[in-house]
Amino acid sequence: MTPTATLPPRAGLGLKPEHYAEILSTAPDVGFFEVHAENYMGDGGPPHRYLSAIAERYPLSLHGVGLSIGGARPLDREHLKRLRRLIDRYRPQSFSEHLAWSTHETAYIPDLLPLPYTEETLATVAAHVCEVQDTLGTRMLLENPSTYLLFEESRIDEIDFLAAIADRTGCGLLLDVNNVMVSSVNHGWDPVAYIDRFPLDHVGEIHLAGYDETVDGEGARLLIDAHGSAVRPDVFALYRHLLGRIGAMPTLVEWDNDVPAFPDLLAEATRVDRAIADVARHALKVA
Amino acid sequence: MSAAITVNDFAAALLGPVATTPKGVTTARGRSDAARFAVYRNNVFVALVDALAARFPVTLRLTGEAFFRAMARAFAADHRPESPILARYGDRFPDFVEGFPPAAGVPYLADVARLEAAWTDAYHAADAPALPAERLGDWLPATLTRPVDLHPSAHLIRSSHPVGSIWAAHAEAEVGPIPSWTAETVLIVRPDADVQVHRLPVADSVFAAALFAGRTLADAAEDASADPAFDFGRALVGIARLGAFIDPFSE
Repeated sequence: MTPTATLPPRAGLGLKPEHYAEILSTAPDVGFFEVHAENYMGDGGPPHRYLSAIAERYPLSLHGVGLSIGGARPLDREHLKRLRRLIDRYRPQSFSEHLAWSTHETAYIPDLLPLPYTEETLATVAAHVCEVQDTLGTRMLLENPSTYLLFEESRIDEIDFLAAIADRTGCGLLLDVNNVMVSSVNHGWDPVAYIDRFPLDHVGEIHLAGYDETVDGEGARLLIDAHGSAVRPDVFALYRHLLGRIGAMPTLVEWDNDVPAFPDLLAEATRVDRAIADVARHALKVA
Repeated sequence: MSAAITVNDFAAALLGPVATTPKGVTTARGRSDAARFAVYRNNVFVALVDALAARFPVTLRLTGEAFFRAMARAFAADHRPESPILARYGDRFPDFVEGFPPAAGVPYLADVARLEAAWTDAYHAADAPALPAERLGDWLPATLTRPVDLHPSAHLIRSSHPVGSIWAAHAEAEVGPIPSWTAETVLIVRPDADVQVHRLPVADSVFAAALFAGRTLADAAEDASADPAFDFGRALVGIARLGAFIDPFSE
């Protein structure tokens, strides 16, 4: 199995079709680009042309949203083959997917849905991660979810669940700091304690995004993982706390809805790069 | 209860016609909360409606945002994506639009949706070199009596409405005029980087339709010859120039 985690310890951006031409003509200083694998599963056309050109110039992170690793049913072999073709073609520096499920009977459900944390689901997810890594010939990163509900039958803490998956399968973890904030507010957890207890040795990439806010049926604050705005200040503060513990680490800014003009996206990357440089400088002083 | 059953109930509640909160879900306060479950249900439908809005922007513009989203939601209620590749979602949306009673007052709407579905198919189709018109002479003898190899991106839409003109008038920021209200046959093709939408001459439409139906060049020409305005050479060169045929001579 080839090692991954060779993305540079810098800010990366989600690659959006509306920015293809501008990225190629202006060659912005961005650490890496990340794409949703499912958006590049057509046979040909402009998406592949642009991705080929951009992957020649920048490190690439391939991020899946449709594999349903957290589901009880067997993984979709055809989908795994499509992923393998993408990995063979583009040789991304990282492949990641979610601790979530998204299929029901023969249908695909376009969301990242939550699962109960039990010995049974732990065994299923671990088997799925092994199958993914064997089929794709690469170590993968598994991302912590954002959730709005809990399951009565859950018996394992989310962090322990993720750590056990990493231990059993050798996979890495993708730590989404916005998801930590969303789930912590929604379930009354302490987000700083979540970061402090997370098995940081396994983390190969960080995600940041903007959340939306509403209230639940009892009027309690409910955060929604919306990806439609700049990173919120409390999430950025939590990210700085994480950087202080983990050091410089590849960090993606996700902005998938109401996508802004490229310079606005680049400003988010610059903000992240500065935070990474701050922690690197601090580490030098300490040493 | 096993986790598999819990998750199955969750999926059924998510996709069911009426919003109900599944068993076994709770909050940190230990209670069921319909508003929280509704976030998931809403996410799913918004994702499906957004996928259709992205694939059918002119259809949306013709109906207005509110009408389109209601129509798309009605479609999504009983059409689930078959794969995680959402760019392909909505292949059956044009047929749904055709049978959607509130849209009956806009009889050309389904054909505009067909054109847009073909546009995204062409966008994502396999790349292939198109036969250059100057190679037609080399190509014709071996091709005359068998179905032609159409370019993988090529689609043909025949409409009793001016579907290409309506689409073109609404695809730009400023809505343009519709030159004349007549039937149109439209070729959608991406011979290279960009998807192109061409209105074919009226006299060529039967010929083009026969080629796309898998008829040989000779049979297609015969089908079209009932129209005295049809000219085999002119039609063939015209369609070839648009890049509708695969180049068999290319490496």
